Amino acid sequence: MLPELGQFALILALLLAFVQCALPLYGAWRNNAALIALARPVVAGQCVFVVLAFGILTYAFLAQDFSVAYVAQNSNSTLPWYYRFPAVWGAHEGSLLLWVLILNFWTVAVAALSRRLPDVLIARVLGVLGFVSFGFLLFTILTSNPFLRHLPALADGSDLNPILQDPGLIMHPPMLYTGYVGFSVAFAFAIAALLGGELDVSWVRWARPWTNVAWAFLTFGITLGSWWAYYVLGWGGWWFWDPVENASFMPWLVGTALLHSQAVTEKRGSFRAWTLLLSIFAFSLSLLGTFLVRSGVLTSVHAFASDPRRGLFILVFLGTVVGGSLLIYALRAPKIAGGKAFAILSRETLLLINNLMFTCAAAMVLLGTLYPLIGDALGVGRISVGPPYFGFMFALLMIPVVLLMPFGPLFRWATGDWRAALRVLRPALILAIVAAAAAKLLIPDLPLRGLVGVAATLWVGIGIALYALKRWRDAPAGRRYTPEMLGMIAAHFGVALFFAGVLITEATSIERDLRFAPQETQRIGGLDFAFRGVARVQGPNYRADEGTLEVRHDDRLVTTLHPQKRQYTAQQMQSKSDIDPGLFRDLYVALGEPVGTDGAWSIRVYVKPFVRWIWLGGILMMLGGFTAACDRRFRARFSVEDAPAATAASPARVPA
Amino acid sequence: MSRVLPLLVFTALCGLLGFGIWWNTHHEMTEVPSPLIGKAAPDFALPFLLEPTKTLASKDLRGAPYLLNVFGSWCPTCQDEHPILTQQIKPLGIRLVGLDWRDDPEDAKRWIVQFGNPYDTLVTDRDGRTGIDFGVYMAPETFLIDADGIVRYKRIGMFTPENIRDELLPKIAELTARRVPQAAR
Repeated sequence: MLPELGQFALILALLLAFVQCALPLYGAWRNNAALIALARPVVAGQCVFVVLAFGILTYAFLAQDFSVAYVAQNSNSTLPWYYRFPAVWGAHEGSLLLWVLILNFWTVAVAALSRRLPDVLIARVLGVLGFVSFGFLLFTILTSNPFLRHLPALADGSDLNPILQDPGLIMHPPMLYTGYVGFSVAFAFAIAALLGGELDVSWVRWARPWTNVAWAFLTFGITLGSWWAYYVLGWGGWWFWDPVENASFMPWLVGTALLHSQAVTEKRGSFRAWTLLLSIFAFSLSLLGTFLVRSGVLTSVHAFASDPRRGLFILVFLGTVVGGSLLIYALRAPKIAGGKAFAILSRETLLLINNLMFTCAAAMVLLGTLYPLIGDALGVGRISVGPPYFGFMFALLMIPVVLLMPFGPLFRWATGDWRAALRVLRPALILAIVAAAAAKLLIPDLPLRGLVGVAATLWVGIGIALYALKRWRDAPAGRRYTPEMLGMIAAHFGVALFFAGVLITEATSIERDLRFAPQETQRIGGLDFAFRGVARVQGPNYRADEGTLEVRHDDRLVTTLHPQKRQYTAQQMQSKSDIDPGLFRDLYVALGEPVGTDGAWSIRVYVKPFVRWIWLGGILMMLGGFTAACDRRFRARFSVEDAPAATAASPARVPA
Repeated sequence: MSRVLPLLVFTALCGLLGFGIWWNTHHEMTEVPSPLIGKAAPDFALPFLLEPTKTLASKDLRGAPYLLNVFGSWCPTCQDEHPILTQQIKPLGIRLVGLDWRDDPEDAKRWIVQFGNPYDTLVTDRDGRTGIDFGVYMAPETFLIDADGIVRYKRIGMFTPENIRDELLPKIAELTARRVPQAAR
């Protein structure tokens, strides 16, 4: 009975989504106050039914209702209760419902927090969001219904993929989806502005905090995914350039460009076309990612089960949403470049380079991801490109970004003085060069990547610290840092930590596959690893071989590690590595196979310096995004005389 | 013009994606021509799965034809193909080389222990670079490589009794007809 109610709720949500799209948009066009006022209540109504449907599906998992086909495929009776939640979104149908649920949360948030904005604009924004929701609900109901029954009910389900039975997976998809679904808000604002023919750019200021928050969630989601891959997949990698990863990375790249572009448009009125296009692109790439992951056009190690009907549906939907928005853009985009003039040496120019580089990087990733398909279309056969292409191209495109990043905050709007900026940055430059030289002397066989890592980290990290220091000295107390500026400082500092993590880890990690006899001790990277044998242990829904290794440094016990090989009930094996985390190095141990009959095992040992800094950097970037979104300026009251770059609304802002 | 450009680029992209769907539904995935056919197989040197300290170089395989089967423990179709390899390919007497692709070697060993080892030689391509050299985009894929290291035939997806009879056997027959028959192993 309940699953049928769930399906019914989905259908009602679909109808409300249609209402939410059609009537407010029509009302805004005809200037009909009643229809415009309809937007908010309908948003709330739709959200209630989507939450109901999601709740019913979750309940079916908790209650182990194996008469629902989706539950039977992705859970079984031994699955611990806390993994039944991620099991809800562990496969295609449920994750699609999660997508819709999160879109509804964003829509409700926009409806609730936008009371100060003009009603006509909000009616358009909510209408656009309603259209997106309508498309996804229709997709769910027509091709991917999670409530389909499997009658008679199965006695037991087939199990959630053990690789997904992990705390990381409880958080990773919701965060990731919150991120890229969140770009729909910036998208809806851009389309609403185009539809309304807004001549000023005040909509950008209202859209900015939403973009910041969405970007922060996406950053966090990607960081979690990378960390999860690192400790779950068992071979110590943290990024694989897999099509599914690329699907989340492309919106992130364009989203990063969008953040910066929005700042320029809001403050200076320039880059209007960039901001409009990037708003459309960021969300389009989220949709494209959804298409790539679910259509079966590209094969990936962790793609969802594919079905050509689903692919066709999403393609038509993608074509409608993106094609429609680009058409509106082509018809209504501002015909003359607005905003204040700027010199070649100015903050605007630096941000323009930033926009270009990040957009190119996203295009590069898209090209690499679609490469097999292009090969087919040109009749030269399917050829995949892998990490060598992505790694090289991405590093190449990021070189200008790294070199110019510390200059960004130090340049003034309209006209910058590179001599003055360089004077401030001189300590960072000197320190970066000296430290790289010292690293070369201390570790003569350090590869180039390590040297670049040291130099780039110090250049960017100290560069941003010097900027913070300059503000501290120059500005009067109380107005030194706005939240927006603090967010920028945190995020840029996060980038420095990220560089340190990536480049130093790649240059200096030690990876060994070793055979350990019982009680044997081997020395790896200056540490003694002593093998104390393997024992059998029992988990909630698996049995495991658990090894014990003691790690000593100069006879002082550093840690004891217990890597496992798990045998889940439904005949699936999963290696569970054990990690001793540390700020400056991780010890990472994965259990292999018994070798011979004397109790010896093969064991993989990694020593990974600075690997945590990759995720630490990601977390700082996320915090930066959230902090910047809190800026009071974005909550400034809407008023008629509120000009695009008005200073009256934001006394705290100081051009820096 | 510049304002219409994004729309045009996107239309082209949609065309490409639509083509992708059409291709997947109207084409047998296995009919993708490989640019490698008739050319020398890419060189590789890969560690043996069961003895990771030793490596196998592609030139060690010269002298007699062999089948290179790309698989992974993560690949459900490879599991489906497994009994066919054991029951139908092994009796053909041709050497069967397994290439464990983008896989954790430990998982692959479990897989081999669980289902049995149909391969005469088993090497591992953990980071997938050799797979890229071969233009592999999904597993399983199988290459027929002759005694001189030239790729003669490629099968994408699992073997079925029909295509072993209609495609693979004639290709193997061609190879043996061209050369003086040699001991397969």
